Amino acid sequence: MNRFSKLGQYGIFLAFALICLVLALSTPKFFTISNLLIIGNQVSINALLAFGVTFVIITGGIDLSLGSMVAVTGVAAASFAHPDTYPLVVPLLIGLGAGSAMGAFNGLVITKSKVPPFIVTLGTMTIGRGLALILSKGRPVSNLSDEFNFIGGGNIAGIPFPIIILLVAFAICSIVLNKTILGRYMYAVGGNEPAARASGIRVNRVKMWVYTICGLLSALGGILLTSRITTGQPNAGAGFELDAIAAAIIGGTSTSGGTGTMTGTLIGALLIGVISNSLDLLNVTSYYQQVVMGVIIIGAVVLDGLGKKD
Amino acid sequence: MSDYILRVREISKSFSGVKALDNIHFDLKKGEVHALMGENGAGKSTFMKILIGLVSPDSGEVLLENENLVGNNVNETLKKGISMIHQEILIIPELTVAQNIFLGREREVSGKSGLLSGWLNDSEINQQAAALLDRMGVNIAPKAKMKHLSVAQMQMVEIAKAISNNAKVIIMDEPTSAISDKEVATLFGIIRDLKAQGVSIIYISHKMDEIFRISNTITVLRDGKYIGTKSAAELDQHALIAMMVGREIDQMFPEATQPVGKEVLSVRNLGRTGKFSGISFNVKSGEILGLAGLMGAGRTEIARAIFGLDKWDEGEITVKESPLRARTPREAIGRGIGYVSEDRKGLGFIPRMSVKDNITLSSMSNHRKGGFIDTHSEQSVTEKMIADLKIKTAGTGQHVTYLSGGNQQKVVIGKVLLASPEIIILDEPTRGVDVGAKFEIYKLIRSLADRGMAIIMISSELPEILGMSDRILVLSKGKQTALLSKVEATQELIMRYAVA
Repeated sequence: MNRFSKLGQYGIFLAFALICLVLALSTPKFFTISNLLIIGNQVSINALLAFGVTFVIITGGIDLSLGSMVAVTGVAAASFAHPDTYPLVVPLLIGLGAGSAMGAFNGLVITKSKVPPFIVTLGTMTIGRGLALILSKGRPVSNLSDEFNFIGGGNIAGIPFPIIILLVAFAICSIVLNKTILGRYMYAVGGNEPAARASGIRVNRVKMWVYTICGLLSALGGILLTSRITTGQPNAGAGFELDAIAAAIIGGTSTSGGTGTMTGTLIGALLIGVISNSLDLLNVTSYYQQVVMGVIIIGAVVLDGLGKKD
Repeated sequence: MSDYILRVREISKSFSGVKALDNIHFDLKKGEVHALMGENGAGKSTFMKILIGLVSPDSGEVLLENENLVGNNVNETLKKGISMIHQEILIIPELTVAQNIFLGREREVSGKSGLLSGWLNDSEINQQAAALLDRMGVNIAPKAKMKHLSVAQMQMVEIAKAISNNAKVIIMDEPTSAISDKEVATLFGIIRDLKAQGVSIIYISHKMDEIFRISNTITVLRDGKYIGTKSAAELDQHALIAMMVGREIDQMFPEATQPVGKEVLSVRNLGRTGKFSGISFNVKSGEILGLAGLMGAGRTEIARAIFGLDKWDEGEITVKESPLRARTPREAIGRGIGYVSEDRKGLGFIPRMSVKDNITLSSMSNHRKGGFIDTHSEQSVTEKMIADLKIKTAGTGQHVTYLSGGNQQKVVIGKVLLASPEIIILDEPTRGVDVGAKFEIYKLIRSLADRGMAIIMISSELPEILGMSDRILVLSKGKQTALLSKVEATQELIMRYAVA
């Protein structure tokens, strides 16, 4: 079984490298700098959400409210981002603050009520969607400042700004998970919650942190999206939570908690991006793309399951 | 030699080049209880797995009434008459007793064929189960849901299942590890009945007194090799241990070398509704206080309350004369209390984390550098603890789930020690641990006391309590019934107070 567990660990990297190789050989357009930058840009929002939900899944939880948080934070930020009103920092802080608050609310309800995260965040998913519609009175919030629109649409030295945000967020998330005590405690809580508590870990505090961080990263995704489409859309982000969870799972994060890496999640998100990009290049309709994506998700979990069997 | 029901010849098995079993012989007479003894890692579980058809041997024969079973799978061996009662009982909690007994055999019971064979016949299943349980003389309702049964009752159901399979050989793996003494007596009664009916039992246990109470014959394995078979009457505990570990252990329980110091922990009139009440005792530095009592007497509950895992309703706990307030594990650890739980898997360690990450989990504040983890200090502390406690592991990065029970226990003890405790509560510290490792754990506990720690040790094994404790608190049904000194305590006296 050792061989399988290795396969489970590195399988996703191998699969990713293999798919890229095949694509580079079969579609000359794939391996061009401009196409790679397009992929990076497309992947960035999903990757940010996936980083957030990776923290949550590692502790043994789940967050279904990501997509709604994207909408709420996008609308909230957009409302303060009209030209010549507030400095750029105001909409940013409002958006990030709203996301963190919603995440903290998730964490609070989950730790205090002992209701499973699946149910709680299913509830906040609906609440969030409603809030986004209330805040925007059901209409898109448009006419945003140029500085705000730079976040999702601009580039520095030819590199789209979202890619820079993505890389910075990846670095910070990896460090939090691997190098800090909080990260260690996340693995412990997800790996065996009663034992973590008996080791003196404040389990509820760890959970509060992960849901808050998840909210914060969703807000970052929401701001990026709003800026990219230059509008705060109350209906934006629907279904994003599933893509994010898929990226984490494809990247080897186990839904039973206790395992997972940021690198895996990043690759998972890239894999999803690369596949939909290449299917685009190959002129495969989006109907088939969904089927392919589903097969990949199940395949990844099968690999993970093989790795776990003893 | 027709009175042998099962003869095992020259069984060998290797796993990835390592010999797990080397030329094992085993003869089982009809109607005997044959104990299989050996330390963890001696090869008992591989041997059992071969007997029930879960693992196929590299060479050798398993002859059940002269028919070679090697190559049969679990279901086939079961049908031929070898059943196993697993240590961790395998049941479906939401189904009834009867449904569990006949699980997988509903077709046979319903007696229907063709299209109707998929139809359940619960009334027939219930009747047959009732008759079966009646014959065993146990009082369990066939229609009761499995989840409402005690562990001992579940075991009875497993035995009923084995009997209903017409088992000729029943393998029992640590059947008494989770049941009370009274239930053990019932179990032994049933084993004697089975013997009388000609059923043979292969009995695995770490508890010496049980082995001598119930078995006729004893076979010992060590390091995958067959050491010998003797009639139980020829052996005593001492000789059996020597066979198992391959050397003589003269003194199982180390003596104290340091005098007892000042009071560290005091418990006054502690009570938790429905669990225990009026518990008062203290522990001094350098002292080992034994907590004795039957299963359900409230020993673990008291330990959990002290450590903050459960709330309590009345009374006070003070550490060095200042009371505990937050009543959480975190506070307890901060005040110098360590707890090594009996539930190693549930409360002790994180299986898919490394030895290092587990062992430092309660003392991460010592490895903080800036906002980050100081991996170097973690690494060196872990290496030192591995050496001190003689933990057998492939390295600090090994996942704890791959260690043996004794070594997992040492990792948990290591974690507790790294949080610099002054009081350590050990709940059944040697449960599921083999004899050699037991001796090491005893030495370790005594050396901790000698270093000035106050120890509370819960144990169901009376020799262990008597051998290790400086004082013994006896509990019965949630009340304390005696506090005995080492000199006055005897097995009989403890038992008398434990049932009071």
